[in-house]
Amino acid sequence: MRALRLLGVGWLFHFKIVSRSAFDGIGQVIYPLFFATVAFFVFRAGESPRTLLYASLGAAGMGMWSATSTTAGSAMQRERWHGTLESLVATPPHFALILLPITISMATIGIYCLVATLLWGWLLFGIDISVVHPLLFAFSIPVTVLTFGALGFLFAVCFVRFRAAWALGNLFEYPVWLICGFLVPLVFFPDWVRPFSWALAPTWGMNAIRESALGGDPLNDLLVCAALGAGYVSLGILVTNRVLDAARRRAALSLT
Amino acid sequence: MAVVEAHDLYRTYRTHTGTLRRRAKEIEAVRGVSFAIEKGELFGLLGPNGAGKTTTIKMLITLLIPTSGTATVLGFDVVKQAREVRKRIGYVFGGERGVYERLSGYDNLRYFAELYGVPAREQKRRINELLELVGLKGREHERAEGYSRGMKQRLHIARGLLHDPEVVFLDEPTIGLDPVGARELRSTIASLTDAGKTILLTTHYMFEADALCDRIAVITQGKIVAEGTPRQLKSRVASGSVTEVEVYGVPEETVERLKTLEGVLAVWIEEREQAQVLSVQTRADTQLTAAILGHLNGANVGRVSHREPTLEDAYVALVTEE
Repeated sequence: MRALRLLGVGWLFHFKIVSRSAFDGIGQVIYPLFFATVAFFVFRAGESPRTLLYASLGAAGMGMWSATSTTAGSAMQRERWHGTLESLVATPPHFALILLPITISMATIGIYCLVATLLWGWLLFGIDISVVHPLLFAFSIPVTVLTFGALGFLFAVCFVRFRAAWALGNLFEYPVWLICGFLVPLVFFPDWVRPFSWALAPTWGMNAIRESALGGDPLNDLLVCAALGAGYVSLGILVTNRVLDAARRRAALSLT
Repeated sequence: MAVVEAHDLYRTYRTHTGTLRRRAKEIEAVRGVSFAIEKGELFGLLGPNGAGKTTTIKMLITLLIPTSGTATVLGFDVVKQAREVRKRIGYVFGGERGVYERLSGYDNLRYFAELYGVPAREQKRRINELLELVGLKGREHERAEGYSRGMKQRLHIARGLLHDPEVVFLDEPTIGLDPVGARELRSTIASLTDAGKTILLTTHYMFEADALCDRIAVITQGKIVAEGTPRQLKSRVASGSVTEVEVYGVPEETVERLKTLEGVLAVWIEEREQAQVLSVQTRADTQLTAAILGHLNGANVGRVSHREPTLEDAYVALVTEE
């Protein structure tokens, strides 16, 4: 119960911080609109109006992942700059309970990305945004956001020791766009790419959102997405103490 | 049993130099530090910058793992039982960093109250009590980015006390504060000992350690060179005298030569406005003015004076003789 409360308060606290940064906020507002516009121009040659919705959802996924990956990487960096990383580590709870709400609060910005992208496409380009399974669509979004946050958490745990964590976060931004099929379907990639795609929850989350919007069976995708998310969290919890011990041994917590 | 015990603590940092040909370099920040702090005691760790004070405190609050040696807080090992230690200690670092600036002071305290496990129904009361204690009442809902350095420092203190810890670690808490702010903070620290807290304070201000601490350990170059009450430390130099000479442009070699004179305990130079003041601490039975002036041949010499040694002289003698 206390752990849940800590997760909730931590999420609210860090969401407040993220939402109060005008500088970060401008990027988060503009990026999804930019992605949506690019996707529209790339896919407008397609005959079917559903192709445009497919592309819009992909653009929304790009925005969601960008919000998570770059900020998860920079989350540790920001704590270092503020001098708060040591204060957090010195508190009694398991560090995973402190870190997880930070990355989930970042991923929550992704919900705005989805809404903004769809509205932008509808208002400017007349894209039909009606969805086939509204309930499943509504359910797919939080599950996908949470798993994005879980993947961001795993990254952030692994980055705790490194001063240039933000650079590592940026490094993962574009490859995930590509190999998770946000804009280009996975069938166009060589076979050896697929195991990497399957291991990444965003692939399944994106599929679930698309299948529920465009018609199909999103349940399997949702289950795999949720299972992978749970796997990332479990792995993150397992390695947290080991990574923190290494940071304490190397005196890396106070480095900026 | 002592509340805080450190046994032969060592801590080595590994750094690298060079870009293409990287070479590893090891720096021994703490070299065999041992001390014990009893319940309710305010123990000072006094030393110059880079002496190993912060490294020692960080090992005790579980942020650094010692290279060797052991330490316990309230009987819990700081390496193997870090979580138990963290539950029972509070710590305060000096400086402006360590605060979430985009949020209010109240939000900062609320978050850390949650992290330290303060029960939800008690959080509001506890935060208000601490805001009163540190003098931030009425400003708590303003964003911390608008706080002065002193206010941020007081917010640090409030945060360190949220869970009413038995032991409080204060790492140079008055650094950078104006004299009035520093005095107020010292009075807050004094009130903590009245409340029965055990405190480890690091500082490089002699008068601060003298005014607050029950016992002081002087640390320099990673080693403790003296330990005792302020009175005991003062008595180490009480029988000597200090000769001060205003000089202009004394080379380092001269200082080194003066240190070798028979009867000299310590020599140091302070920059005061446009001049330098050379201080030579000597044994009581020694009269060295002529010899000192003889060694300053060639330098511009101003006023020469003699005075009784102070606690600061004891400190300077200890940290410079190493």
